[in-house]
Amino acid sequence: MSTAPRADTAATGTPAFPDPRSSACPFGVSPEMRALTDRGPVSRVTSWGGSTPWVVTSHTEQKTLLADPRLSAVFSHPGFPSPVDPEKAGRATADMSFVGMDDPEHSRLRRMVSGVFTVKRIEAMRPVVQKLTDDFIDTMLDGPRPVDLVQALALPIPSLVISELLGVPYEDHHFFQTNSRTIVSATAGAEARHTAHSDLAEYLDDLVGRKTSAPGDDLLSALAARITAGEITRREAAAMGVLLLLGGHETTANMISLGTLLLLEHPAQLATVRDTDDPKVVAAAVEELLRYLSIVHLGRRRTALEDIEIAGRTIRAGDGVILLGELANRDPRVFPDPDTLDITRDARPHLAFGAGTHHCVGQPLARMELQVIYPTLFRRIPTLRAAIEVEQVPFKYDAVIYGIHELPVTW
Amino acid sequence: MKISVDEEKCCGAGQCVVIAPEVFDQRDEDGIVVLLDSEPAPDRHEAVRESAGVCPAAAIHLGENA
Ligand code: SF4
Repeated sequence: MSTAPRADTAATGTPAFPDPRSSACPFGVSPEMRALTDRGPVSRVTSWGGSTPWVVTSHTEQKTLLADPRLSAVFSHPGFPSPVDPEKAGRATADMSFVGMDDPEHSRLRRMVSGVFTVKRIEAMRPVVQKLTDDFIDTMLDGPRPVDLVQALALPIPSLVISELLGVPYEDHHFFQTNSRTIVSATAGAEARHTAHSDLAEYLDDLVGRKTSAPGDDLLSALAARITAGEITRREAAAMGVLLLLGGHETTANMISLGTLLLLEHPAQLATVRDTDDPKVVAAAVEELLRYLSIVHLGRRRTALEDIEIAGRTIRAGDGVILLGELANRDPRVFPDPDTLDITRDARPHLAFGAGTHHCVGQPLARMELQVIYPTLFRRIPTLRAAIEVEQVPFKYDAVIYGIHELPVTW
Repeated sequence: MKISVDEEKCCGAGQCVVIAPEVFDQRDEDGIVVLLDSEPAPDRHEAVRESAGVCPAAAIHLGENA
């Protein structure tokens, strides 16, 4: 079956992408994006510079396509759906390390770091994260009320953990947190984002250099050893450092603050998370929060390298493809009654961490941190509540990673 | 039930290890799946089926009346 001619598609009015989450429900998906599902699992949108990439809305087709090597993640393909011109995107590809590469290069680099994130190694870190969480909550309880949960807990815990793993001095956290926030902001402007990225890359390059002469027991030191062995360049190592540092704290921090607020809005489910001593119940709740919130929104983006037949359509070689994880995670065929938060459902098939070869390398760590932090927080501060109305919460409508800028809480 | 895993596809997510730790493990160096038991006893079939379904890379294949 062949696709409709492009002129036709344009004439019938393709919806515009991206569309930020609406104010209708800050925890939901934008109704305009939701409406795309009516056009079928695969349809076209009008996007950056008048391009008309495909958008994939359904869970099944997204999972299939994310595992399909005929889709490329390299930002510099001319058809890649991107607000940045291909030349600049080429620079971004190098800077974003393996996220912007295809196999086998992608796997070659990724497998240099993925051993740190095995389930067993991450489990071994659980007591460390528990202790950190308790310490930060002690400090919160000793301090003034209300306090911003983002700064008091959500941001520092994952930042500390990833700094420790990588061997980045935590004293520098203001520097790397500020730059990370700029990089994922959609309103900071291309120049500011690029500067933030360069500053962070330079910082990690310097750090990797220092690890070469004075190695420690951390991931950057392991990468430094690979530079010495001639397996990677210093630039590749620094780019991997940027990726892991950024991915390791910014995303988890947003999940902590958003998930906390969402549970505060659902007291019965919060009570279940707080009162259970069954780790399976907590784990299931975390999966449901990941599904429901889908913080990596606005699409995983690819370019087709060959023609791909899917759901009765033909995606042509060179076409851009946008896979909307937040829609897959609300696909009623996989998650019945998808707009209802239900921490007892089996939400594990969600695509919050993506799928296929680019599936989030740090997800075992993120999962473990969330499994520790939510129940500990609600157990230690049973009267925790937001100090402002939900309508006043500054949500990150402007960022590629969804979250909350600031969440004043009291108890 | 006969299980096979595709190391090339595996992205080291460890979902299988969480769900069926008697059947799957991960390599220390890179987190890639290690099959501990390719013909698990029937009481493990359900967990294995779940692992295969949840695996983000579709790297677990089930054969023979799975
Ligand atoms: S769940 Fe799939 S991707 Fe993850 S370790 Fe197991 S086989 Fe590999």
